[in-house]
Amino acid sequence: MSNGDVQMRELGDNFPVPDMGGTPWVTPKPLSESKVAIVTSAALYPAGGEAFEAGDTSYRLIDSAARDLVLGHWSPNFDRTGVAIDLNVVYPIDRLEELAADGTIGSVAPQHVAFAGNQPDDVSTIRMDSGPRAAAALKADDVDLVILTPV
Amino acid sequence: MSTLAHVFEEAGIATIVLSSTRSVAERMANPRTLHCEFPLGRPLGKPSDAAFQHDVLARAFALLDATEGPVLVDHPEVIEADETALSCQIPPRFDADAHPAVDEANGIRKAYDRTLEARGMTNVGRSVEPDGMADAVQVLVDIAAGTPWKEAGIPGGNTTALCHDIRTYYEEAALSLANVIDGDGDIPAGRAIEAWYFDETETGKLVLEARQVMKDAEAPFPVWFYMVPGHR
Repeated sequence: MSNGDVQMRELGDNFPVPDMGGTPWVTPKPLSESKVAIVTSAALYPAGGEAFEAGDTSYRLIDSAARDLVLGHWSPNFDRTGVAIDLNVVYPIDRLEELAADGTIGSVAPQHVAFAGNQPDDVSTIRMDSGPRAAAALKADDVDLVILTPV
Repeated sequence: MSTLAHVFEEAGIATIVLSSTRSVAERMANPRTLHCEFPLGRPLGKPSDAAFQHDVLARAFALLDATEGPVLVDHPEVIEADETALSCQIPPRFDADAHPAVDEANGIRKAYDRTLEARGMTNVGRSVEPDGMADAVQVLVDIAAGTPWKEAGIPGGNTTALCHDIRTYYEEAALSLANVIDGDGDIPAGRAIEAWYFDETETGKLVLEARQVMKDAEAPFPVWFYMVPGHR
């Protein structure tokens, strides 16, 4: 049992969420033709690169070849050892490469996106500014599909 | 994550969220969500288990068959974190003159270095480098003993960063002490190493003690609260 995870999920249950005004919908391309990117809130950044500040609303683009990624998240409230053992448990980049190799997905995007999960409560910056800019960066790479992984 | 799903979908990119808190994904009405009741910090569930990670991704990609949303499906397996302390040996006392926590921090350096060599990188270094770890622990010894926190010389001036680095130094060392990273040890459950650090090590207990002293001295909430997980 984990009191920590139970408590964090209870916090989430009681956390107010923004009104997003419905559910946007894109009719997806066939998976075998889709270019797939990862968007994570683990605050990953390349070792030696620009770290995340506490409350950081910005994002980092991560080259698809990068594996030495630092977990820059500021919350002490989750397990960090899983990702130290295997990056893929947060950022399944090797799994995507395997799925591209066997033709399940069309291709792996050339770059991926990392935000920090602990955002200011109103999430206005990622909603109105940094989020759309990150999406535009992936659109410029002709990304069709993103898989979002939380931390 | 859910906010970003809306943003990316609105930008014309199809999205699938692997959610960690079901009620948030539900209330946010994301286009496509696979809820994964896995340990927080492990959204793909199991480290070093490619087959399981592929299963998660396959179930996520299956949501693309839906013709309208929101669609929210649960991964059938629940994996709980386990706050039973990892069983691993801490090196014996070496320097009887040092505080037990400082001595311990020096004692696990070789284990930390083995993990560093195996991984080729570290998450330590937000405000303290490994060479400064014993001095950083000594700062907490001083705070716990009554030195006002503002006068204790907190490296970088940020207790959250300081405690992150010390904890991460220990957690990365534990991966070698338990033969996880460079041996055939079992993969520890989520939070098992966290529990080892706070329940079993001198330094983990010291952090809790120093935090209580700072709280009692009415240090600002963000200065003491984020030194350890909230439930501790």
